Amino acid sequence: MNFKQKYVFLFPGLFVLIGILIFPIIFVIRLSLSGWNSYNGLNFIGLENYIRLFTDDPRFWESFFRLSFLSVTTVILQYVIGFALAHMVWKDIKFQRFFRVLFLIPMMTTPVIMTVIWRTFFHESLGPVNDILSNFGMSPKWLTDPVLAKFTVIIVEVWQWTPFMFLLLLAGLLSLPKEPFLAAAIDGASPVRKFLYVTFPLMAPISIGAIIIRLIEASKIMDTVYVLTSGGPGTSTETSSFYIFIKGLREFQMGYAASMSFTYLIIMIVSLTVIAKVLTKLMLKD
Amino acid sequence: MKIIKTFVTGLISAMLILSPVAYADKWGDQFPHIKATGDIPGDCSYEEMSKKNYKGKTLKINTHAVPVIGQPTALHAEQFAKLTGAKVDVTHTPAGDLYAKAMVPFKAGQAPYDIVFGFSNFINDWRQYLAPVPKKYMNSTEMKDVTKSHVGVSSWDGTMYQYPVDGDRHYLKYRKDVIDNPEYQKKYKADTGKELKVPTTWKEYGEMAKYFNGWDWDGDGEKEYGSAEVMKKDDLMFAAFFSRSVAYAKNPRTPGGFFFDLETMKPNINNPGFVEALGDWVEATKYVPPGGINFGLGDEIGSFGGGQTLFSFSWDDAFIAAMQDDSPIKNKVGTAPLPGADKVWNRVSGKWENQYNQAPYIVWGWAVGVAKKSKVQEMAFDYLCFFSNGANHQADLAIGNFGVNPFKNSDFDPQLYIKTMGWDADIANSYTKTLKDMEKSKNRVFPLRVRGVFEFTSAVATGTSKALAGQLSPQEALDEVAKEWEAIVNRVGKKNVQEDYAVGVKMEDNKL
Repeated sequence: MNFKQKYVFLFPGLFVLIGILIFPIIFVIRLSLSGWNSYNGLNFIGLENYIRLFTDDPRFWESFFRLSFLSVTTVILQYVIGFALAHMVWKDIKFQRFFRVLFLIPMMTTPVIMTVIWRTFFHESLGPVNDILSNFGMSPKWLTDPVLAKFTVIIVEVWQWTPFMFLLLLAGLLSLPKEPFLAAAIDGASPVRKFLYVTFPLMAPISIGAIIIRLIEASKIMDTVYVLTSGGPGTSTETSSFYIFIKGLREFQMGYAASMSFTYLIIMIVSLTVIAKVLTKLMLKD
Repeated sequence: MKIIKTFVTGLISAMLILSPVAYADKWGDQFPHIKATGDIPGDCSYEEMSKKNYKGKTLKINTHAVPVIGQPTALHAEQFAKLTGAKVDVTHTPAGDLYAKAMVPFKAGQAPYDIVFGFSNFINDWRQYLAPVPKKYMNSTEMKDVTKSHVGVSSWDGTMYQYPVDGDRHYLKYRKDVIDNPEYQKKYKADTGKELKVPTTWKEYGEMAKYFNGWDWDGDGEKEYGSAEVMKKDDLMFAAFFSRSVAYAKNPRTPGGFFFDLETMKPNINNPGFVEALGDWVEATKYVPPGGINFGLGDEIGSFGGGQTLFSFSWDDAFIAAMQDDSPIKNKVGTAPLPGADKVWNRVSGKWENQYNQAPYIVWGWAVGVAKKSKVQEMAFDYLCFFSNGANHQADLAIGNFGVNPFKNSDFDPQLYIKTMGWDADIANSYTKTLKDMEKSKNRVFPLRVRGVFEFTSAVATGTSKALAGQLSPQEALDEVAKEWEAIVNRVGKKNVQEDYAVGVKMEDNKL
């Protein structure tokens, strides 16, 4: 096979890559340099959108910091709970198969539908949660208090996506070599020491992968916010992706939304690379 | 011979008298939705539509989510398909996304939907992509019954782009069994020193709503609350805010713009009139049902219509829901004009005028158009004409969460509601009077209909929702909105917005 033929075989993949990745990115960059909206076409306005974003739009940055808080908090909780559940069913326990399937159910449900159900649960006058809590003299404002609404988004996200973490970590646990555990048992290590000095370090590479994958996903929180709170009350649960959605697809400021999307993409690439490096350094130091 | 003559005359008379019934029954049996009236003759009646053949053709519609307007769209699509043989695909979209769902393909030069539903104030952005309503439909029996103001609303520069299917206004709805109850009137007077009556100012509205908040005043074993309002961000809340603002900020002595000063195009949105209204609205968060700050239109309809609150204002739907046969409060509700205020802001003198002011807010409502690039335009217009034919319209009017409200001259006849819907005569009379009076008022406010309208209303929703959530004070929130409005005006072009806005101002100033 000569040099040219090799390229012919590369074409299908290259074509798909250009079609679904390269072209959209180039188009978004071009769009971000235009004032495309309901009354303007795809004109060229230079860096005007970026100047507006960096100098005159605190709402974007507020939504970004809110997103950072929500995604980091949810992923940490998902990791801790997911690891605990995976560790539990990794051992030989009764109904092990049943629990393994049970813990995966939330992930198999449709996020939008489940969020509608959660919204019904947390409905402050008609929902069952407050109906039960009212017996104890409590009626929290799950969706209408700016602080509690964030907590509600976190609950729904953790419920929905902990199974994903569980799945990855369980797969990791099942693939661990048995020898280090046998050695620890011979040395008489307690279960806590075994976990801290054997299980956890051995799981570090998988943990980093799982956390990064979830961080990437969590940084796109959109459907939960959209259905549960519409970014409210006020702007208290508005995340970057939801804000970009409002500007682009509600207000039809396509050019400006594109500049936000591109900026957001750059920030995410940089920050997730840094996070991955830091995690690797911390968890794989030995 | 005489006996035969009498018999034949009697037979013919009976046939003539009974024929409309038989005609009505024919379609009423097949389509239970119109059972109350049967088919009503017209150019787009069931009878006429059944003569069309659209077999093999597909009609694509983008409409609002179920139930408000989404449900009648789907229902009439099903009926239309059955009558004409057409295939009708209906897509349901949340209110906040209707604008973009049509605009994206419009801008890209495509027409994935033949029919697009939206709000009537989209007309300025959408009209260049919509097909004007053909003469044939303009001259139809159904169109001739549409009120003059709604023909105007659906048109721009004399050309109709939006097919009239709905006509909306905001007005006050209240629990008649409470407000008119002598025991409660006595109790209220004793406790507050004030009269319990239909509120004529927003302050009175707030006082009464607060008084009747959080206790079981109708004896059904459940707590009731003061008011149900659309407060959810991005869910038409801007319209609810404007309804509360008109009393303080629409001064009949200062023509030349409610939203902007038409001459300078400086936003009025943060003047003391609007700030006072937002202050009242923030106060209202204390007398809405739990979770009320997150109520969209559907929640408001369900809440007031289900008997949960004393008051509600906004579209007809909550009132109609309350008057449905299955409602626990049928014939226990009343209507009145929106409350006014004891003072009104004069933006010219920069001072409050201490005199009573009331202004109706003509919200207009759902609008629908046919895409210019649609390849089945005739079928699309037939569908729309069928949607609002006499029988469908009357049946739709009776269902609260359908979102179809009066826009035909025949809708203002109280007998329609008394005979076909079983309303008490005094309720039907006060309802139609409330609507008619709004049509007659000389201090009306119409929605903003300018280029980029969604940017303006979205800014209002964001700002006011921040105030309702306690993130900003009313003044801070509206200052933020005003700043955003100025930025939008600059982006769209001052002249463009001014030119569009002038049309609305002319209507408000009674010059059109």
